[in-house]
Amino acid sequence: MINYDTVLSSKIKEIKPSGIRKFFDLAATIDNVISLGVGEPDFQTPWAIRKAAIDTLEKKRIIYTANSGLADLRHEISHYIDKKLNVKYNPEHEIIVTVGGSEAIDISIRALINPGDEVLIVEPCFVCYAPIVELTGGVPISVTTRLEDNFKLTADALKAKITSKTKLLILPFPNNPTGAIMTKEDLEPIAEILRDTDIMVLSDEIYAELTYGRKHFSITQLDGMQERTILINGFSKAFAMTGWRLGYLAAPEPLVTQILKIHQYAIMSSPTVSQYAAVEALIHCEREVKNMVAEYNVRRRLLVDSFNKMGLECFNPEGAFYVFPCIKSTGMTSEEFCEELLNEQKVAVVPGNAFGESGEGFIRVSYAYSLKHLMEALKRIEIFIRNRKSAE
Amino acid sequence: MNELIKLLKQNARFSNEQLAAMLGTTPKDVAAQIEQLEKDGIIKGYSVILDENRADKDMVIANIELKVTPQRDCGFDELAKTVMMYDEVDSVSLMSGSYDLAVTVTGRNLKEIALFVAQRLSTIEGVLSTTTHFVLKTYKEKGIFIQEEDIDERGFVAP
Repeated sequence: MINYDTVLSSKIKEIKPSGIRKFFDLAATIDNVISLGVGEPDFQTPWAIRKAAIDTLEKKRIIYTANSGLADLRHEISHYIDKKLNVKYNPEHEIIVTVGGSEAIDISIRALINPGDEVLIVEPCFVCYAPIVELTGGVPISVTTRLEDNFKLTADALKAKITSKTKLLILPFPNNPTGAIMTKEDLEPIAEILRDTDIMVLSDEIYAELTYGRKHFSITQLDGMQERTILINGFSKAFAMTGWRLGYLAAPEPLVTQILKIHQYAIMSSPTVSQYAAVEALIHCEREVKNMVAEYNVRRRLLVDSFNKMGLECFNPEGAFYVFPCIKSTGMTSEEFCEELLNEQKVAVVPGNAFGESGEGFIRVSYAYSLKHLMEALKRIEIFIRNRKSAE
Repeated sequence: MNELIKLLKQNARFSNEQLAAMLGTTPKDVAAQIEQLEKDGIIKGYSVILDENRADKDMVIANIELKVTPQRDCGFDELAKTVMMYDEVDSVSLMSGSYDLAVTVTGRNLKEIALFVAQRLSTIEGVLSTTTHFVLKTYKEKGIFIQEEDIDERGFVAP
């Protein structure tokens, strides 16, 4: 019989499965679970976008597009970035339409990293960066953010991790899971450190549209930073289009030329129907996005207020659709808290350590749910906390 | 629309504390705003959205189209006021298009409503004709799904 253990690459065997997955499997075994664990919008994709997809299916041939994506879509993306950030990218040579932000992350890292290169990853963060770095033979180095700093990256934390081998900084803001953002003032000292180096930045701005109270600011807007940054964004979070699998990257031409080779060989071109629909999203759906943001904001304020009232310190996140309350006061680890909450009250939230060791002591709570659903879940969490307190 | 009104339309039973948290203000401020909206007559009352068929199996609802002759000096208002005085009538609106007044009527059965229309509404002076449509099933009312819960197809946990 064939020994699959010898068949598989040693690198892939070393990669740990996502910590989130384990928790998902556990939740699936329990009946009547109410979940606050999902990282995708609860809104339906705006109708205008779906209609554009239907029209495409009716009237167009669904064939490969150009490798880098439909010309119309790249032009709209370029226009959109300019409108939002006042940063210019040439749609012909500096933009690639990808299969979600995820593919953009993957091919960017693969195009940059040689074995032994160090990649600084701002943590806690989305789960995919370190495994992809490891697959390329790079070395992931965590740069942790702290509650005391509102989970922002500080110049000191960054400086402490830079070595002669540092190749890339992964900068994921607005942040999943903390909801933290970086303002212009927060980014300037980071940029100041990087300007004298050849360190590149991968700025994952997938939650850029979802900020509350102030506009998103991108590191590409700072002097000298566009040339050393790969900007990543997509349609999943802003336009509630997760299943459409569409994102993009924008970067200087010499990089895009090389990154495009990976996309061309691995993907060919991103889903054609989704690309036509995305044109509609960028041109006509600003109002729908605004309405979704307003709705998220109401839920966000409710959650922050409720967790603080329960005695779980919750910093005020200004982006994404997560709150990240601290559960250290309960004396439990993140995983213990989540497992017991699931078993006792049937509420699923994600342990903070699934997003890196620095997430230990926190839980990620998504508010991509209706108010009715959130209130029921909050009620149960409150009972859970109260039971602990009275047992003490 | 005012953010507070938007939330109350979703659920008028949110507590002032909950509303304050959601709006980023104080419960006292919410109470004051609501009082002002009531005083100004913008909030007229608070009601409940029912699955009428399950709340009362014998209830029948009809939408009735009235064509009427507008009267001198007061147009449609006088006639609408006469129509709305009946307890059986739930709502009266003046419409554009092929008829004038849209009237919603509830009753115990088809016959009761038919008789009400024949004896009460069509006899009002100025009413030219009536067309009665019985409601068979309500799918959505005031933004809320009546027939089924919106099912969440997403998993429990996702990155």
